[in-house]
Amino acid sequence: MSTSLLEVEAINSFYGDSHILFDVSLTVGRNEVVALLGRNGAGKTTTLRSIMGLVTPRSGSIRLDGRAISGLPPFEIARLGLQLVPEERAIFGQLTVEENLRLAALTAPQAWTLDRIYEFFPRLRERRRSGGRQLSGGEQQMLAIARALIRDAQVILLDEPFEGLAPLIVRDLVRISRDLAAQGRTILVVEQNVVAALSFADRVYVLNNGHVAWEGTPAALRGDPALMKAHLGV
Amino acid sequence: MPSTALLLSQAFNGLALGTLLALVASGLTIILGTLGVLNFAHGALFMLGAYAMYVVMAHTGSWLLGLLAGGVFMLVVGVALERVLVRLFYQRPHEDQILVTFGAGIVIVEAVRAYFGGNTKSVPTPSWGQGIVRLGFLFYPTYRLELIGIVAALLFALYLVLYRTSIGLVVRAGIEDARMVGVLGINVRRAFLAVFALGVLAAGAAGMLYAPIVSVQPDMGGSFLVEAFVVIVIGGLGSYPGAVVGGLIAGEIVSLTSAFNTAYSEVMLYAVMALLLVLRPQGLFGSEGRV
Ligand SMILES: Nc1ncnc2c1ncn2[C@@H]1O[C@H](COP(=O)(O)OP(=O)(O)O)[C@@H](O)[C@H]1O
Ligand SMILES: [Mg+2]
Repeated sequence: MSTSLLEVEAINSFYGDSHILFDVSLTVGRNEVVALLGRNGAGKTTTLRSIMGLVTPRSGSIRLDGRAISGLPPFEIARLGLQLVPEERAIFGQLTVEENLRLAALTAPQAWTLDRIYEFFPRLRERRRSGGRQLSGGEQQMLAIARALIRDAQVILLDEPFEGLAPLIVRDLVRISRDLAAQGRTILVVEQNVVAALSFADRVYVLNNGHVAWEGTPAALRGDPALMKAHLGV
Repeated sequence: MPSTALLLSQAFNGLALGTLLALVASGLTIILGTLGVLNFAHGALFMLGAYAMYVVMAHTGSWLLGLLAGGVFMLVVGVALERVLVRLFYQRPHEDQILVTFGAGIVIVEAVRAYFGGNTKSVPTPSWGQGIVRLGFLFYPTYRLELIGIVAALLFALYLVLYRTSIGLVVRAGIEDARMVGVLGINVRRAFLAVFALGVLAAGAAGMLYAPIVSVQPDMGGSFLVEAFVVIVIGGLGSYPGAVVGGLIAGEIVSLTSAFNTAYSEVMLYAVMALLLVLRPQGLFGSEGRV
């Protein structure tokens, strides 16, 4: 019996011959915000890529709302309501902001309107005719998140949304993430910025060398400086 | 020094050649940009378009029917080629893709030669394109002039498809990052099929339109393929505006140079390409770090 929206069970993922993930298991409940933390190279991105279908785990299972999705191509997984916001953001630089959004909305069964997106991200409305290439890092990240929102994704996988951004922009994005969490969006977020991630997560997994090393609440993690130091270096 | 009339006439020829090169090259460039496949069968498909026009014209005498039936035929050929062959090579190294499309091109050329023979076919100019028009002090063949307009209209139609439709949006995004298009829920493979068929249609349409003013024979696509490659290098790999502007530039270079010395027209084209590659390796409209 399980009520989790996303269930990852003992997956093993590889790049060629290198074994990256070792029996990684995690769950994300409906309306839950889960943070996946760990040092650089721990396998966080690979976990998200495995869930999105960009990497196919050699063993283990991944279920979305009870349905096995591992082995499906990314576009089918996306149509089932899972959306990766990749670390490199992958904005289409030759497309305008609005075209990026329209592209994302094309195959969504219940896409948000552009207006609703622009209410959430007023900055994107101002920039809607700008090419993706002309956006600042913060704007690109907003657009990357907006593409997931316009699809009305059931589960959003955020890979280091605050990486490389100025503190002021990070504050904005943290506020946006909190808003999303408060609206009951289901989010699995990967971050190096532990403090920022803990500020809106309900539950935390710590990944170390491709193994799940710890699982618990943000409060428990904050209360354990030795653990923070050992696995996160903070 | 050639006369002004000759130069002007060559400038018009350059425009006629340039728009056609633009059409062939735009097919080549969207296939390359989206699918990552350099289609060496493109010249053979151009030739196939010319033969389609020849067959329909020979049986019905209708140019419009030739264009429509030829267009449908080219789409079918494009879909079949992608489904049966090219699709299997997306994940393979570029050498394999080049070899397989090159091989497909040879098969098409030799099949046409086997069926129609190797001698030149002539395709009549449609009734409304016969004769010459007077442009000030210059006399210019009517069909060539109309050709410029027709191809410009086709290029504009292609522009509308690429920039004003959903499929165009997917194609342009796919040129940048096909994987991310898939992550956003779009079946890129299906889009790839549409792109390939569209690219083949562009090559075939150029062949159909060009048929009345060239000698139609099985090897006619070879030099066109090479020039189309030069065009997309000049314009920037994968760029539609690059293919159009590059095509016009290449057409003018070839035509104007041959007003001075025919032997140097191709040489001049390569010289300009080489110079451009030194100054701007990504081409006129290409983005850095692509392909
Ligand atoms: N495309 C790839 N090919 C081979 N190895 C990779 C590739 N991407 C990541 N890796 C390796 O996999 C490990 C985990 O990487 P990643 O999941 O990106 O870690 P994280 O996101 O936690 O920093 C690292 O050792 C990294 O070097
Ligand atoms: Mg990472």
